[in-house]
Amino acid sequence: MSRVLDKLAAVFGTEVVATHSDFGDDTALVRRDRIVEILVFLRDDPDLLFDFAMDLTGVDHYGEEPRFEVVYHLYSLEKKHRVRIKVRLPEDDPAVDSAVTVWPTLNWYEREAYDMYGIIFRGHPRLTRILMYEGFDGHPLRKDYPKEKRQPTIGPEE
Amino acid sequence: MTHRKDGAPGYLLSTLDALVAWGRKYSLFPLTFATACCGIEVMGALGTHYDLSRFGAEVVRFSPRQADVLLVAGTVNYKMAPVLRRIYDQMLEPKWVISMGACACSGGFYNNYTVLQGIDKIMPVDVYIPGCPPNPEGIIDAVVQIQKIIETGAPRAAERWPGTR
Repeated sequence: MSRVLDKLAAVFGTEVVATHSDFGDDTALVRRDRIVEILVFLRDDPDLLFDFAMDLTGVDHYGEEPRFEVVYHLYSLEKKHRVRIKVRLPEDDPAVDSAVTVWPTLNWYEREAYDMYGIIFRGHPRLTRILMYEGFDGHPLRKDYPKEKRQPTIGPEE
Repeated sequence: MTHRKDGAPGYLLSTLDALVAWGRKYSLFPLTFATACCGIEVMGALGTHYDLSRFGAEVVRFSPRQADVLLVAGTVNYKMAPVLRRIYDQMLEPKWVISMGACACSGGFYNNYTVLQGIDKIMPVDVYIPGCPPNPEGIIDAVVQIQKIIETGAPRAAERWPGTR
């Protein structure tokens, strides 16, 4: 395992469910309960210093349980290394603590994941739709969203 | 009309409507609502090579209150649909609508959750231009079709539009 994953596993122990470094990309699947704590550690530890949250995406593993997944892509401008943190969320409670307090840039990414997948980020300052409009029904990137579904066309707002 | 050179002014019998239509058809002010690659073809049609001004439609107005023809060129999604409808409502009568390209006509290949499946879902359309994107010749042909509608006094699509006017 890599240095980053070793350190993460050493500090958080059973919180880290699985790790791999396929194709040189360090990846860790962690439990969701202490996700903010893990992210703060990754940001502040002097050996890791992941100061740049590059991306946050949702994934829908339709048919599996837990169904949803949130992926954090982190980069350290100081150390020039990367890590990918994954969290799995069950279908009946797709919620995870918001990481906006850790990296403010994740604000819009979390809104996008909420908009597209319906993943709830607890403690987000303003968890509303960001790409679709407010009258939109459903979350379009879920695998069970009907492809042929048409949304009501909204009129000019007065 | 006489053609003798006797100094007397000639005259031409017509109706006021026909005279107004004649003037109107050579002074179309288009508003280009270009949201995608069709807008590039509109630029080509307005440029020197194809020169849409030969048909009296070169004065592009970006204020809907000054435009006669709404040229919708490109993909319109559900979020943009109310904006487009408002622009249409802001145009003064009489007004015509050209739907340019596969996306504006039918949604094109964007058969998905976000794209309006044809702008005729929200507004009357007089002339459709097929193609992805259409040639500048298509735009010129559409303008000529609009001129024919004006010249013949054929009902505009807005007069057949259900429910509005």
